[in-house]
Amino acid sequence: MTATSGGGFCLMVEGLGLAGMTETPLVIVNAQRPGPSTGLPTRTEQGDLKFVIHASHGEFPRAVLAPGNAEQAFYLMAKAFNLADQYQTPVIVLGDQHLNDSYFTVDELDLTQIEIERGSIVFDDRISSAKDYKRYTWDDSGVSPRILPGQSEAVLYADSDEHTEAGHITESAEVRKQQMDKRMKKLEGMRQKMELPVIYPSEKSDIVILGWGSTYGAIKEAVEIMNRDGLKTQMIHFSEIYPFPSKDLSGEISTDAKVIAVETNYTGQFADFFKFETVIPIYHKILKYDGRPISPEEIVTEVKNQIT
Amino acid sequence: MFTLEEYKSVDPIAWCPGCGNFYILEALKNAFVELQKKPSEIVIVSGIGQAPKTPHYLRCNAFNGLHGRTLPVATGVKLANHELTVLAEGGDGDGYAEGGNHFIHAMRRNINITYLVHNNQVYGLTKGQTSPTSELGYMSRTTPAGSLSPPMIPLLLAIASNCTFVARGFSGDKVHLTHLIKEGILHKGFAFIEILQPCVSFNRVNTFQWYKNRVYKVTGQPDYDPNNRLMAFKMAQEWGERIPIGLIYKADRPTLDEQESAIKEVCLVKQKVDQESFERLLEILY
Repeated sequence: MTATSGGGFCLMVEGLGLAGMTETPLVIVNAQRPGPSTGLPTRTEQGDLKFVIHASHGEFPRAVLAPGNAEQAFYLMAKAFNLADQYQTPVIVLGDQHLNDSYFTVDELDLTQIEIERGSIVFDDRISSAKDYKRYTWDDSGVSPRILPGQSEAVLYADSDEHTEAGHITESAEVRKQQMDKRMKKLEGMRQKMELPVIYPSEKSDIVILGWGSTYGAIKEAVEIMNRDGLKTQMIHFSEIYPFPSKDLSGEISTDAKVIAVETNYTGQFADFFKFETVIPIYHKILKYDGRPISPEEIVTEVKNQIT
Repeated sequence: MFTLEEYKSVDPIAWCPGCGNFYILEALKNAFVELQKKPSEIVIVSGIGQAPKTPHYLRCNAFNGLHGRTLPVATGVKLANHELTVLAEGGDGDGYAEGGNHFIHAMRRNINITYLVHNNQVYGLTKGQTSPTSELGYMSRTTPAGSLSPPMIPLLLAIASNCTFVARGFSGDKVHLTHLIKEGILHKGFAFIEILQPCVSFNRVNTFQWYKNRVYKVTGQPDYDPNNRLMAFKMAQEWGERIPIGLIYKADRPTLDEQESAIKEVCLVKQKVDQESFERLLEILY
C-alpha cells in the first residue's frame, strides 16, 4: 500500500499502469487536495475522481472506493486490500484533506466483519510441475494463480511489456488480444463485488441529494434538516464507485424525484459519471471549489433556492 | 547441484549477433553456478533497454518493469524477502539518465542487492542516441553536431554516494567479470558493477578492440587499496588511454534490510497476520 495526495499520485501514474500490466496487487490512498499543480496544498477538494478512474495510458482494470467517514474508511480499507489481492490489480481509495484530517466519534470497530482474502496465491502443491508454471496463464475469471518468489520451486517472469502466458515479451497480435481479454475480465468480477450506495431515509422522496466520499456527514445532516422542515428529502451516498455497482438503482428512488448532486469540485465529476452509468438525469449540481469543506447549512440553503 | 542447464531459459534471444550482452549473460550464469544459487531464490529486476532483457534469457524470477525504475522495485523485493538473492540490471540510459535519482539513494541506503549496469555509451534499443555516458562530441541523431555535455562518471558518483562496493568489469573479459559478479553478490550491502559493453550496431567508437587496448586490472597494482576512499576517487577518474577494471572501492557498513526493525526477526513474506496485536492497536486508538 502507498498513501499520497493528488500531486504525488499524478507523479507516480506510470507505476499505476505498471501494476495494472504486471497484475500486481496494490492499494493506493489518494487524499485529494485542490489542484492543479501545487494548488491549495493544505486544503480539500473532490477533484481527482475522473483522474483516478482514467489515470495512465492504456486500459486495465482498477477499483475506486471513497469512504464517507472514519468507520467506512476502516471497513473499506480492508475491502480495498481484499479486492487488490483477489483481482491482482490496483485499488484506489479516495479520501480528501477534509476526511483524512478530521476527528470522528465511532462505535467500536467490529473485527469479526473483516476477513483477509489473499486470492489466488499458490505454493508447490497446486503447481503440477514447477517448470511449467506460467504467471499469466489463461483463466476465465481473468485472475491467474501467482507464486511468491522463493516460496516454491517455480519461477515467475513479470513484464511491463505485453507478454505471453509465461511472462515473456511478445509482439503477437493474438497473444495481445488474449492478455487484454484476460486482464479486463477482472473488471466484471470486481463490479459484482461493489455495494450499492447508502440510501437515507429509505422512503422515496421528491428531492434526492446525491453525493460520494467525504460529503457524507454534511449531506446526511442536511437531509435531516430538510425533513424536519417538512421537505421530503432522501440522500444517496456512494462510497464504492468504480466499477459502478451492477445492481439496479431505479427501484430505490422516485422516478420524478429531483436529483441534486453535491460535490466539492468545479465540474460535478461524480454527477457526470452517475448519469452516464444510470441514465438518471441530474436536476441540479451544488458545487464548492474554494478548498473548504461544504456544510449542511450551505446544502440546505442551496437546495431550497433550487426547488422554489 | 545446479548446473548451467538449470539457468537455461526458453525465451529466444533478441540481441544483435556479436552484442557485448552475450558475455555478460554467460558471466552471470557462471556466477550463479559457482555460488550454487537456486533459480527460484534469485530475483532479477530490470528496466527498459537491451540490457534489461537479460533476465528473460535466464531461468530465475524476473521483473522487467519501467525505464529507469529498477532500483525501487529491487529494494521492495529485498525488503519483502531478504532471504532472496536480488539483482537489478539495466543499461547506462536506464540507470544513469531516467534512473539517476534512484541510483544515488539506493547506494546511500545500502540495500543488500547487486546492481549491474551494462554501459555501452549509447541508447541501443532505440537505435543509437547519445546517452549520459557518451563521450563529449559523440555524434548521433540526437546530437548531430556532437554531444555538448561531458559524460558522467558513475564510479565517482558511486563512491561519493557512499556505495559500499564499486567495481567495473568488461564484457570482453568473461572470467574476470564472473569473479566480480560473484564478489558483488557475496558483498553485504549495495554492490554496483559497471560493465563496459561494446554495442556492435550503434557505437562505432567504443568497440571491443578500443576497450581491449585500454583496460587493465586494478588488482595487483602496487599499493592500491580499495578500502582507501581517496585512492578510489583518484582511480575512478582515470579514463582515456588507460581504463581501470576490477574492485575500485569497498566499505563496510550496516545494510538497510538488516537495520529495519520490522523484518529483523522473521522476513516479511513469512510473517502471519497477528490478530491479537491488531486488537491491541485498536485498544490504543480508542
